[in-house]
Amino acid sequence: MNGLIGKKLGMTSIFNEAGKNIACTVIEAGPCVITQVKTEESDGYEALQLGFAEAKEKNTPNPMMGHFKNAETTPKRKVVEFRNFDLDGLIPPTGESGEALEITEKSLGSVLALADVFSEGDIVNVVGTSKGKGFQGVVKRHGFKGVNDATHGQHNRQRAPGSIGAASYPAKVFKGMRMAGRTGGDRIKTRNLEILKMFPEKNLILVKGAVPGHKGAYVVIEK
Amino acid sequence: MEAIKYVHEQLKTGNDVPDFRPGDNIVVSYKIVEGAKERIQQFRGDVIQINGTGATKTFTVRKISNGVGVERIFPFGVPAIEGIKVLKRGKVRRAKLYYLRELVGKKARIKEKQRR
Repeated sequence: MNGLIGKKLGMTSIFNEAGKNIACTVIEAGPCVITQVKTEESDGYEALQLGFAEAKEKNTPNPMMGHFKNAETTPKRKVVEFRNFDLDGLIPPTGESGEALEITEKSLGSVLALADVFSEGDIVNVVGTSKGKGFQGVVKRHGFKGVNDATHGQHNRQRAPGSIGAASYPAKVFKGMRMAGRTGGDRIKTRNLEILKMFPEKNLILVKGAVPGHKGAYVVIEK
Repeated sequence: MEAIKYVHEQLKTGNDVPDFRPGDNIVVSYKIVEGAKERIQQFRGDVIQINGTGATKTFTVRKISNGVGVERIFPFGVPAIEGIKVLKRGKVRRAKLYYLRELVGKKARIKEKQRR
């Protein structure tokens, strides 16, 4: 699975060829640094670990400092692993002097830019953490309908969940019963979003539709 | 924010829109598709608001049609707009003319700005 780490910047809209106004999300995607190459022999599976966004040295734990040092790169804020990164058809990452490199242990520290992984018209999934909504009732949290005006005169019944089960048999509330509670702040994957436009010079992509998280949130874009 | 401004800058169409403000009386000519045919329709009315920035900037035109108030929101830079013509410059004291919605008849008129 190919992909990059990015940052959600906000939303806007563009017009397509048919003249329709399409809502889209602006994401700063990459450039990402290869921080680790996992192989079948050493780790039991193939994967590529990428790092994104500069971090301060004082905010990076010592073990991570060593990890970044091994990869010959600066500390990064976000590190994500991509399993079975498909290297076929991928433009090889470039070394310091701009020469093409094969992805091996030696390519640690080399950079994957936006245009290396994605192109316009690609269908991608975007993974992020949804906005936290705090403690919410069942209407917002689970999409219950509430009872609306059928309150039988009770003043605070309108958004109530109704019955949560039978009485002396089973004499308990089943596990997983949908109730009120903490909402949002979950890992969410939005699937099948089209890349409408790319601006490789600024590492920006426009993805059709909405993407989980607040502005400035880190997201993972997978192809 | 900067990045979004950059995106808007890149997406800018060469669409020429004349300068108009809330209170102005304008005619918007826009293409509509009927089946396979395309024709141009005109919408004449007063601009009651200009909203947003960049690629999401819109304006709202209000007119009275057969005694019923009709409003249409157009995005700036929508390809369907063929042209915009400013007929009258209005003299108004606010940016959003929502108060016109409550007014009918002679009171719903906007005074024309006198050119100096």
